[in-house]
Amino acid sequence: MNTISKIIIPLFVLFIVFYGVKKKVNVYDSFLMGAKEGLIMVFHITPTIIAMVFAINIFLDSNFLTGALSIFKPIFNLLNIPMEIVPMALLRPISGTATLAIMNDIFLNFGPDSFIGRLSSTLQGCTDTTIYVLALYFGSIKVIKTRYALPVGLFADLMGIIAAFIVTFIFFG
Amino acid sequence: MVNIIWVSLIFIAIIYSMLTGNIETINNGILTHATSGLNLVFELMPLIILWTGIMKIAENAGLLNSFSKILNPILSKLFPSLDKNNKALGYIASNIAANMLGLGSAATPFGLKAMDELQKVNEKKDTASEAMITFLVLNTAGVTLIPTTVIGLRIMYNSANPTEIIITSIIATLISSISGLTLDYLIRRKNR
Repeated sequence: MNTISKIIIPLFVLFIVFYGVKKKVNVYDSFLMGAKEGLIMVFHITPTIIAMVFAINIFLDSNFLTGALSIFKPIFNLLNIPMEIVPMALLRPISGTATLAIMNDIFLNFGPDSFIGRLSSTLQGCTDTTIYVLALYFGSIKVIKTRYALPVGLFADLMGIIAAFIVTFIFFG
Repeated sequence: MVNIIWVSLIFIAIIYSMLTGNIETINNGILTHATSGLNLVFELMPLIILWTGIMKIAENAGLLNSFSKILNPILSKLFPSLDKNNKALGYIASNIAANMLGLGSAATPFGLKAMDELQKVNEKKDTASEAMITFLVLNTAGVTLIPTTVIGLRIMYNSANPTEIIITSIIATLISSISGLTLDYLIRRKNR
């Protein structure tokens, strides 16, 4: 797996440069032109990234989630849902780094081949961090009115999380 | 909408910490987290500059255009509001391809560039267009075929079969994307 992903990028770069030369494009100038656009892009997304990372991290620091979830513990026990996985499912749309850290803890405590280990692997792989992506992409082009983007994105996340639970049960339960 | 989330995160964090006597942590966190945000920008910066540069070569050589032509049957169904020669389609196709292969570092620059192109044909500049929302729904569902980070971690923790979760991830991802796109489609049709 790793060797494949290691060779894709070099081949991809080689192919594009080769294709550019073949089509008689001024390859170097094109690169500089694009790179300049990229630099402006970075300039535009910097405030968004700092704003989101800041808010998400102080939220995680406050331990609010752990506190709020302890109230619902009996319900999860009743439904046979492992308690450790719940914060991961809830944080999935907000922070990829936070859920990766939770998955790491789960692997450490239960092993990657336990049911909860497989479930957390599926959860991590099945969706992206919706809120961060929305903030970043809309922030980069200064769109403020995002209309129905967030509800639809979160709906897709919810369906993905439910699917991850069910599919893991079917395959490894 | 993002505004509400941002405000809620900050309100909950600060008020909850005050109530639980944990305000010291937040106090220390406020400045360090701004720094970690900036560090993330610095991590992304070379990647974005590099990939937008490389992709400009592809764009000028007409490669991006031919790539989106191959995928046009699917893309034109997903993005009916876009002209089939729109440059955004090439970047959207590249973004999806990079995501599928687990090349997150390349996917973000392509995605940002796609939004940039979509904004050029957007009538109300402060409001999200239909095409933008469809693209983001597709993107946040994160159609990853090979979750490289997860597999890497599983190997590190001596999993007997590190790649066994690929199939469950793909099924869950597909269900997530299809539900998102269906809801998006229904809303678009209702708005018409």
